[in-house]
Amino acid sequence: MAEQQLSADKVEFQEYCRNWLEVNRPPPTKIPLPQAAYEVTSEDHRAYLCDWQNRCYEAGLIATDVDKAYGGHGHDGYQTIASGEVRKAKVPYFINWIGLGMAVPTLLVHGTEEQKTRFLPPIFTSEEIWCQGFSEPGAGSDLVSLQTSAVKDGDNWIINGSKVWTSLGALSSWMLLLARNDKDDKYNGITYFLAEMDQPGVTVKPIHKMTGEAGFNEVFLEDVVVPDHLRVDEVGAGWKVAMSTLTSERGASMGVGAVASSESPLSAIHQVIQLAKDTKRNGKSVWDDPIWQDKIVKLYERTEAIMQNARRGRIKELNGGAMRIPLQGKVVGSEIGQALNEVALGIMGARSSLYVGDENAVDDGKWALGYMNTYTGTISGGSSEIQRNILGERVLGLPKTK
Amino acid sequence: MTQPRDFGFDEETSMLKDAVKRFLDEKSPLIALRKHLAGSEDPYHGEAREPWFDRALWQEMTELGWHLLAVPEANGGIGMGLVAAAAIQEEIGRAACPCPLTNTLQSTFLLREANAATCLEKIVAGESMGLAVFGEDGSLEVDSTDVTVNGTTLSGTSWYVQDASKMDNFIVAAKSAAGIGLYCVPASAVEIKCDKIVDLTRDQARIVLSDTPADVISAPGEAEAVITKSLSAIYTLLAADIAGAAEWQLQATTEYAKFRTQFDRPIGFFQAVKHPIVNMMIATDETRSLVYNAACAYDHEPETAARYAHFAKSSASDTASFCSNRSTQLHGGIGFTWESDVQVYHKRQMHSQFLFGDGSWHRQKIAQQL
Repeated sequence: MAEQQLSADKVEFQEYCRNWLEVNRPPPTKIPLPQAAYEVTSEDHRAYLCDWQNRCYEAGLIATDVDKAYGGHGHDGYQTIASGEVRKAKVPYFINWIGLGMAVPTLLVHGTEEQKTRFLPPIFTSEEIWCQGFSEPGAGSDLVSLQTSAVKDGDNWIINGSKVWTSLGALSSWMLLLARNDKDDKYNGITYFLAEMDQPGVTVKPIHKMTGEAGFNEVFLEDVVVPDHLRVDEVGAGWKVAMSTLTSERGASMGVGAVASSESPLSAIHQVIQLAKDTKRNGKSVWDDPIWQDKIVKLYERTEAIMQNARRGRIKELNGGAMRIPLQGKVVGSEIGQALNEVALGIMGARSSLYVGDENAVDDGKWALGYMNTYTGTISGGSSEIQRNILGERVLGLPKTK
Repeated sequence: MTQPRDFGFDEETSMLKDAVKRFLDEKSPLIALRKHLAGSEDPYHGEAREPWFDRALWQEMTELGWHLLAVPEANGGIGMGLVAAAAIQEEIGRAACPCPLTNTLQSTFLLREANAATCLEKIVAGESMGLAVFGEDGSLEVDSTDVTVNGTTLSGTSWYVQDASKMDNFIVAAKSAAGIGLYCVPASAVEIKCDKIVDLTRDQARIVLSDTPADVISAPGEAEAVITKSLSAIYTLLAADIAGAAEWQLQATTEYAKFRTQFDRPIGFFQAVKHPIVNMMIATDETRSLVYNAACAYDHEPETAARYAHFAKSSASDTASFCSNRSTQLHGGIGFTWESDVQVYHKRQMHSQFLFGDGSWHRQKIAQQL
């Protein structure tokens, strides 16, 4: 893989990040961490991951390019280097990925000075974990039909309704909340708030996934009070602000160092190749079968293509338009990840049935668990179907489905 | 060695690519080929005829210096790398332009690997050069030739020679007891028997040699290494052509889906049409990124060049298949007609998909190294 050609100061910073991560790598947890940050539920894991994120922040690997006034480190063009090294080092992920990946970019663009100074530093330290309150039982892919109401009462807003699929909800101090201030104006009747979770009227109930794990939640909001100074941008501008947050989630923003999963795509490919080599059937390794080679190398090829897409996306003369490649990132990455996990199950054959907790399970059952969890990637944050609508409409100019 | 992050796609390359695009848009419209194929004023009807290309257009290309773009400066060329050559080839593919440039570029990289100064100077002088390396069985391995060498004369038939009727010279792979050698023969010294092929935008032939005198490019025993190294460039150029043609298929299908109305709406409104078009874009972009990566690896990181070239052509072959399939399907009945240009690109891609190895063949080559 190509190395970026960096200026001397950036090379020095890269060296620094690499060394720091090597020296400060935390010891493994007693019970293994879940595969991704959005699945964390236990208090032990929370404390461990908050401590890790805070240390990385203090070392300058998070909020690297954010203004010092908001708790950042005030560099320019260093964040991609730091994030790249974090991914390569295979260290634990950052628990506050919603805060880092969505709250920070949103507040940097739409927040008031007070909001930025108040909220950004504890996101970086992970003192305050954030969750996202967008989806509702009746508003998933069609997010704009959300019904949670916000009624103005003096200097406050009174919120009523319910949110669903709220990752990290049980651990969060704050929620990025979308609520409807005007029932008659679908797109311009939504307002964006910052809602405190620890207050009367907020009830968090875990939802168990098909894997058996908890991880996300239902959040019920009953006469919850949000002061007007915690409104983001104008009344009725919530949809516009939310779209900019979702753009961050879909990988089109530069980010401030959010790394929600510690596995690089290429390392997953190499694990699957090794799995195929190590798995013997009828005395022969699965890898020696050209059919399996073809399936695995096809995914290797596509993974390499994603990495090269990111590289070509930065070259104006070759990228086919600024958004064409970035908007493909989420749908393509999540679908390849899903296919790769499924191939791993096929390699193991009947052994793929052995799940987490079985003493004979290969890699502690992580492939079946991982395969099921890949549906998080293909469904959340705008399902693959919604992503294809966006690509068709915004990039190719096809007529809008809605 | 490491690759430059920007693929080495510098301003000069960018301007060249842009100039090629404008030139081809203006001077090589598909309708010119179609008029010739039809043999009549109505370009969209009639029988396919003999292989054709616009010699005056090729003359203009050589005046602009595209033919010697990748020839080293020491041999009188411009000395640009595979990234620049791939950038041009992508535009040739997008225009589906019949011309000897593709083969001449592919040959240039082989001649560079062989340090074949005399042949490189022929290219500089404006002579086109094609590869004659396949045997009858269509095997893609480097030793597949059916031609034999006796001293410096060649005998036998070389199969599946691309754009043979456009060529001034051929680089022929021939075998002897000492191994495979590479030789240069002028087109005037061989018999060219044109094949009838599915692709209307290129031609193909068998070339028949009988005690034909030839100049040695690489002696028996040395040629396999030359061929192996240059194949990375050859695969990458063909993959670039496919990426360009796939982009045409994507854009043509997108435009059709905006324009064609059924059930009171443009068909691109329906997700059953919209989503496959997006999948065409995803496939095209993956291939295009792998092409520039492979080209840059060839220019800057020789130890990874072979693997990345296999990735580029394996992706390209699958993209050729997928985009052709969807472009015809989504154009509906009209896409199935001779009249539609969709069939012209579909058939060019069918040809490119299997030429120099399809997706599975290239993936096997990668797997053998893992």
